Parts: sequence; C-alpha cells; structure tokens
Amino acid sequence: MNTIDLEKTTLREVNQRLQGLPAETNERLWKLTNPHGEHACAVGLTAPIEVHIDGHIGYYCAGMNQKAKVVIHGQCGVGVAENMMSGEVVVKGTASAAAGATGQGGLLVIEGDAGTRCGISMKGIDIVVKGSVGAMSAFMAQSGSLVVCGDAGANLGDSIYEAKLYVRGTVESLGADCIEKKMTPHHLEKLGRLLKSAGIDADPKSFRRYGSKRSLYNFHVDNVDAY
Amino acid sequence: MCGIVGLFLKNPALQPELGKHLETMLIGMSERGPDSAGIAVYHSAVPEGQSKITLFNADTNYHWHKLAGDLADALNVETDIDQKGNHARLVAHCPEDRVLPWLRANHPDVRIMGYGQLMEVYKDVGLPADVAARYGLAGMEGSHAIGHTRMATESAVTTEHSHPFTPASDMCLVHNGSLSNHNNLRKWLRKKGQEFETDNDSEVAARYFAYRLSEGASLKEAMEAGLTDLDGFFTFTMGTKDGFAVLRDAIACKPAVLAENDDWVAMASEFRSLAYLPNIEKAKIWEPAPATVYTWSLH
Repeated sequence: MNTIDLEKTTLREVNQRLQGLPAETNERLWKLTNPHGEHACAVGLTAPIEVHIDGHIGYYCAGMNQKAKVVIHGQCGVGVAENMMSGEVVVKGTASAAAGATGQGGLLVIEGDAGTRCGISMKGIDIVVKGSVGAMSAFMAQSGSLVVCGDAGANLGDSIYEAKLYVRGTVESLGADCIEKKMTPHHLEKLGRLLKSAGIDADPKSFRRYGSKRSLYNFHVDNVDAY
Repeated sequence: MCGIVGLFLKNPALQPELGKHLETMLIGMSERGPDSAGIAVYHSAVPEGQSKITLFNADTNYHWHKLAGDLADALNVETDIDQKGNHARLVAHCPEDRVLPWLRANHPDVRIMGYGQLMEVYKDVGLPADVAARYGLAGMEGSHAIGHTRMATESAVTTEHSHPFTPASDMCLVHNGSLSNHNNLRKWLRKKGQEFETDNDSEVAARYFAYRLSEGASLKEAMEAGLTDLDGFFTFTMGTKDGFAVLRDAIACKPAVLAENDDWVAMASEFRSLAYLPNIEKAKIWEPAPATVYTWSLH
C-alpha cells in the first residue's frame, strides 16, 4: 500500500499523482492520512485503484470519479462523489448536503446519515444510505436509484423524472409529482442487489418505492412541440 | 463570503485552552474570509456590580487612560483600562447602564464593541491569524467564544460592519447569509425600542433576538421565533452569558457543520476549522438540519 501524508504533501500533488496513474497500474491501494477537511480530495480519478482517506474530509471529495473506489473513513463535506461516472465511493461517517449530486453512474454508499439534497439531479448513479437523508433529496432526479434505510426529510423527489427511490423508514413529505409506487418483484430484486453491493443486511420487502407521477409540464404530450 | 466559527466548552477543565482552539478554528476560515476577522470571547468575569466594556478607536495612540480617568471622576467609581491594538477593555466598578450613557454622551469618537460582565469583542482588518495574534486570542481562557472571518464583496473593509454583532449585554451573533425582510423588521424593532447603529441586515437579526430574549423568551424560544419572523438566508451562531445556539434557514444553503463530544460543542462553516480540535476524530460530526434550533447551556 502507498501511504501519503497530507500534512507533508500538498493536495494538488496528491491529486495529480492519483490522476496520473495509468489504467494498468500495479499501485492499486492508496491511503491518504491527515486530510484535515481538505476540499476536492481524490477527485477526477480514472484508474481502477482503491483510495482510503483516513479522517474527515471537506467539499467535493471523490468528485467526477471513474472506475476508482474511494473510501472515506470519517465525515465528508458538501457534494461527495458529485458527478461520479463509475466506480464506488463509500462514506463511513455522515455526509453533508448534495451527496452524489448529478452523478451519472457508479455506487455511492453512505453508512451514516446524509444531509439535505442527497442525490440532487442524479443522472444514473446508485446511492445507498444506511441512515437517513435530509430535506429535498432526489430533487429533479433523472435516473438511477436512491435507497434510504432510515427516514427521508421533507419534499422527497420533488420534480423527479425517472429515478427510483426506496425508503425503509418514514417520509416526511413527498415533493411535487413524486408518488408512492408499487413494489414489483423486479424492483425487489434490483433493491436486493443494491443492498447487497452496499454490504447492508436489510430485507427489500421492508422498503417502499417512490417515483414520478409523470404529470408535470414536461411529461404532457400537448407540450411536445415546445421542445 | 464569510466564515463563522463557535466553540462552547462543556468541560470546565478545558477553559484555559479556549482561545488557543478558537484561534485555530478562526485561521481555518482564512480562505473564506481573508480581509477582516472578529471574535467575541466569554472569559474572566468581572464581579457582580461591575461591568466590562470593549471599546474601539482607529487611532492606536488614543488617550484611553484619560477616558477612563474622566469616567471615574464623572461617575465617582473605580475604573481600569487595558489597551489591545486599536481596542481597549474598560472595567468599571458600576453597572453597564451607568457607563454606556456616559460613553455615548461624552465620547462619540469611541465605538462600543460589546459589553457585559464576561464578553470581550475584538474586530479588526487583516488575516485571521494576524488579528488573533494582535489581540492575544491564544492566551484567552473562558467558557465559550465565537468568531467571524470576512471576505468583503459588497462593502468596504471596515470594523463597524464586521461581526460579531453585540446587541445586548453579554450577547453576540454572527451571520452567514442575507435577510430579505430586514427593512420592515428594523422598523418594527425601532417601534419596540431597539436602537440601530448600522444599516446592516445582520444587525437586525441580532437586535431581533435581543428583543425576544428581553421579552422573556428562552434561547430556544427566541431562535424558534426567528424561524417565523426572519426571511432570507442564514446560518447563525449566537452566544449569550451561559448559552450557545446555532440556527439555519429552511433552505440551508449557507454551509455549517457541527461537532460534539462530552467536552465541547463546535460549529464552523467548514470542517477545516474543526480539524484540529482535541479528540475530533471520535466526536459526533454532522450537518445541522434546516429550520432546526440547536442550543446548549452551561447550566
């Protein structure tokens, strides 16, 4: 394992070193120590490496991730794994607002709670939260899945498109055009797979599913000409 | 843009280290506020019947000792003055409601930064590290402290618009955000007898909470009332003689992170300011929820 101490090496050097690794690199396991809440740590990775961040971290950690696995052994700030393309990001503590924002692929696992706007404008990412999510989560969610093992705050899934939301606890309120939907065997199977890949032992049958009613302006056939 | 920090010590054994930790927290917010910084520290209480007032005059050669002497003669009380940078800490052996009118009437050239029996307030231009060093923050013991760093975007780098705002005895507020109904609220508060020193929206929030507390509301009740009456964006951190409160608006777009363990509670705009607190790695750390009042009290 390669260990880099962020007290001794600048964040810019660390990011450049990780970003510069070729896809076939043998240096696959990395540990970053003393992160002290730095912003934009381990962003833009493209090689299939595994990076462990040993402590609490700041904004936009593991943003734009492709193929890499980033594990944060602590709490993370705003926008963890924002616009992730593929790979996996695991947060062992809690996450602040906008976790997984605009994510296009990959898996984001948050073992604690996530703040407000978790999965805002998600575009294909799968997000599994072991705890609860804050208000306005999955706002304008377009594709992908948000799994919440705890509770969801107010206005879940406001103006949602095609993303699938699964919540085990209570939902404070649903946002505009977000409704509860039937849990079919197909959804149970998909949810089961997501929980398993996140390493969470929970019965898919104990969840409820939410999604788009498809009744807002952009879904109405009369408005097709406007596009 | 600005950064706010607050530290509230639950374990009295940590009190000698209050200033040292707040200094680290303040420096952590240098990138969010490199232009000026302000601190309010609750420490070294004066005895009952005495008052402590922090004063400001831009001239570091200001005749502070003459002011203290004149005050002593006029009110026939003992006074003590200690200059720090362009500030001075005045202690008078009488309640503040005798000292403040005299200062306002006889020294309009001096700005009253804060008053009470505990709170001292210093605000100055420069990097947070330089301001902290100038006022000897690291050496200040005490129970709780609040700080603010400012990046000036809409108005000049001056001390009068700087936080913390100190609307009442031993009370201070820092604010990240902007209020949209401050003009109406200011009018309403003026009718209720509150006097304003600036046109700043954060001062309106500070005096709003001061008014609620003066009407008998608890810290929690005052903050809850603010959720109804204050319209706009805010992350507030407020200190009172024995209390500490954090409040965010319902949209919560102004950043905040809280950390707590058995020894202390800390608030900051970003985790960077909390990174060096003792035992932070084992503390509970979370983002305060929108429209939710968080309060702590020494008693």
